Order: sequence, then C-alpha cells, then structure tokens
Amino acid sequence: MNSPEPRAANPVRAFFALPNDSRTKTLGITLLVCLCCSVLVAWAAVALKPAQQRNQALEFQRNIVEVAGLLQDGSSVEAALSRIEAQLIELETGAVSTAFDQTQYNIEAAAKDPKRTTPLAPADDPALIRLRPRFMPVYFVRSADGQSVQAVILPVYGAGLWSRMYGFLALEKDWDTVRGLKFYQQGETPGLGGEIDNPKWRALWQGKQVHDADGQPAIRLVKGHVEASAPGAAHQIDGLSGATLTGRGVEHLINYWLGPLGYGPLLQRLRQQQAQG
Amino acid sequence: MKNTAILTEPLARNNPVILQVLGICSALAVTSKLPTALTMGIALTAVAACSNLIISLIRNHIPSSVRIIVQMTVISSLVIVVDQILKAYAFAISKELSVFVGLIITNCIIMGRAEAFAMQNPPLPSLLDGLGNGLGYSLILLTVAAVRELFGAGTLFGYVLLPTVNDGGWYVPNGLLLLPPSAFFLIGLIIWAVRQKYPQQCEAPEFRIKPAHRIEE
Repeated sequence: MNSPEPRAANPVRAFFALPNDSRTKTLGITLLVCLCCSVLVAWAAVALKPAQQRNQALEFQRNIVEVAGLLQDGSSVEAALSRIEAQLIELETGAVSTAFDQTQYNIEAAAKDPKRTTPLAPADDPALIRLRPRFMPVYFVRSADGQSVQAVILPVYGAGLWSRMYGFLALEKDWDTVRGLKFYQQGETPGLGGEIDNPKWRALWQGKQVHDADGQPAIRLVKGHVEASAPGAAHQIDGLSGATLTGRGVEHLINYWLGPLGYGPLLQRLRQQQAQG
Repeated sequence: MKNTAILTEPLARNNPVILQVLGICSALAVTSKLPTALTMGIALTAVAACSNLIISLIRNHIPSSVRIIVQMTVISSLVIVVDQILKAYAFAISKELSVFVGLIITNCIIMGRAEAFAMQNPPLPSLLDGLGNGLGYSLILLTVAAVRELFGAGTLFGYVLLPTVNDGGWYVPNGLLLLPPSAFFLIGLIIWAVRQKYPQQCEAPEFRIKPAHRIEE
C-alpha cells in the first residue's frame, strides 16, 4: 500500500498496520495462523508419539492376558504376562521361526509387507485377507508354576462389514476347545456389529469346539438361540441380530485361520507332540 | 461486567447448556459415566479458555472476511493437541470418548464464545469467559453423569454405592439411564428447575393457540 512515511520501513510493522480487509493482510494473516497452528499440531503429534505407542503396546498385552482368562482372579497384567510365552510360527510348516523378534512382531505391518506375504486366490480367501502372512506370532499360556502349557492364543483377523477386525482366539490345550475370543480392533456398526465386543456374546464362545469329527474347522454362527442339545451345537454360536454380515465375517475368519492356510499345520504339530507325550 | 461475574455468570444464570441449549450432542453421549464426563468437561474447558485467549490476542488483526475460518483453525488445532495428550496420558478414557474429543471442534459453545465474546474483548476477560463457559458445561455434564451413573449402574466414579442385583446386591438399576435419551430428560428437568429459580430465563411463548370454537360461558 502507499505508506510514504519513513517509519514504515519496518516491513513487519507495515504489514500489521495494513487495514484488516486488504488482500495482502487477509492472505498474510491466514498464512501466519496456519503456520503457527501446524507447528503446534506437529509438535504435539511428534512429542507425544512415544507415550501413545507405549499405551498401544500395553493395550495389546492386556488384550492377550484378558482373552486367556488370566485377569479373572484379580491378578495384574504384569503378573499375568509372565505366564505368556510368545513364539513366531512359520504358518506353512507350523514350525517355530526365529526370523524376526517374536515379542515385537507387528501383525498389521506384516500383513501388508509383500516380502512376508503371498497373495491368496479369491476361492481360498473367504475372510478377504488378500495377502497370506508367512509368519504369525502366537502366545502360549503356561500354568502358574510354569511347568505345563495350558492354552494357546492365536491372533486372527479378517473383513467384517465395514472394517478389518483384529482379534485373539484362545484355545485350550486340547487345541480344539475355545477358551476365549476377543476383537481388539474393529470398526463395525456400534450396537449391531459392534456387539462382537459384548462380554455376554463373547462368553458364548467358551467351551465350543472349533473342529468337527473330521478335524476340519466347523464354527457356525446361526440365527436365533443355539440349544445345547441340538445336533452340532458344540460348533454353533448365536448370531448377532442385525449383524448378519459382521457375523459372517467372524465365522469366515475363524474358519480361515484354523484351516490349512492359517494355523492348521501348527495345531496338527501340537496334537502330534501331545500324542507322543 | 466485572471479571468475577464473567467467570461465574455462565455457571447457572447464563449457562451455555441450559439457557442457550448449546453442546447438547456431547452432553448426551459422554454422560453415562462420571470419568468420561469429567474428562470431557476438562477437555472442553481447556479448549474454550485457550481458544478465547488466542482469538482475543489476535482479534484486532483478524480480517473479517475470513474470521470464522481463522477461529476454526485455532480451535481445531487446540482440539487435536488435547486429543493427542489424552491418547498419550489417559489412553483408556480417550478410547471411551472416541470421536467425541475430536467433535469438540464443532461444539457450538466454543465457536459461539469465540465469535460473540473473544472477538470484542481483551484477553483476560476472554480467558475468564472461556473458563466460565467451559465450567458451566462441565457442571451440567457432571450433574447428569452423576445421576445416570448412580441410578443406572449403582456406582459413582466406579465405586459401588448401590450393589446391583446382577452382582448379588439389592438394587435393580434403571437401564434407561444408561441410554442417551435419559440425558435429555435430565437436562430438561435441570432447565425446569433453574427457570423456577430465575423466572426471567423463561421465554415468552412464540405464538398462542387460537381456540377453534367459541367456549360458552
């Protein structure tokens, strides 16, 4: 603008002396506000990231001990964690692998990594996993004295209606009876599909058998209430009303992960080890 | 207006929730338990106070054509910072509050105070105005949450006061209080109680229903 007096030589002062509605000042103020705000937001995001990641890791561990049923007697997460032993499993063979650090293994990152996955044919992929991971961490639950293995916790994931659902399935040491199921991350409809988080529904899974007489994965979510006396009731869970598609996703992902492309080889190895004593 | 009055007026006589009926959405969503209501109240008070202060500091240089956008930028940056802090230091509660912390950005109280007060007043009164309105909102949230948690779940801040039948006690909880509509009823009752005390808050009826036929006397 036209400001002939020499005092306006300071460009900052000249800028702030402009009328508020001038184009230069409007643009300048907007830019300045945006700059300050983005610095503030970036600082918060970067400075607080370590604490947030620590929380997420703790949450992950808490979910593991919860699905194993170790918190029911009031013990702390730390005490319960000492009974959990992580192992990295090569899914193809079911053997223990030492290719990566099993305690820090990031399932979500590995699921997208082309080096650690192989593409799945659509016919083999009811749970829409798309890329089959080569390795998965599993968690063995030891008895309080550490002598014997009591259960195994298998991380599972697959597509629901809206989101990919991540969870844990805990099996008793017959490698067939469900000890617990918990989804720790999902974005299904609250009140409908989101009810997969409902403790009452999750309790229905306890004691169900995941394999049929031929050793094939056989979990079904059925409409209405499952009578304990009905044929096949040991493999059936009440469907969630209003959440048919989420329920179908849960059914597909459980059966996928227990099948030959998932933990099938591992479970077979564990059964053989047990038979040999 | 004196500074103390600026701080205390929004608590009851000029409360943003019950007189201006602003910020109702989050008041329904986060008041089923006291811890979430308290966290939400603190978060909103912090954002309201800081945004009022910052906007008041730069009020003489905000171009009027983009003033709403400038206010929005300041408010949303503050909300993101609050959200990040909660995720870092109050993870469990931030998971329960989920989107509602982010939605503070659209809370009419903050935007309303920035536009109506902070744009015209110096920094200190603006800060107090933001604090007062945030506290007024928190007060209503905590009142509603206390009733809902006590009679809906038998607890206050998670401590069992009325042992419920499900846990082997004697109290049959009122399930309606755990659902969002109950907050509407409670806020309605609070509005009624406050307007009994301050009748000048009652609005004149906007229209009268005309009798459809003559009443014989």
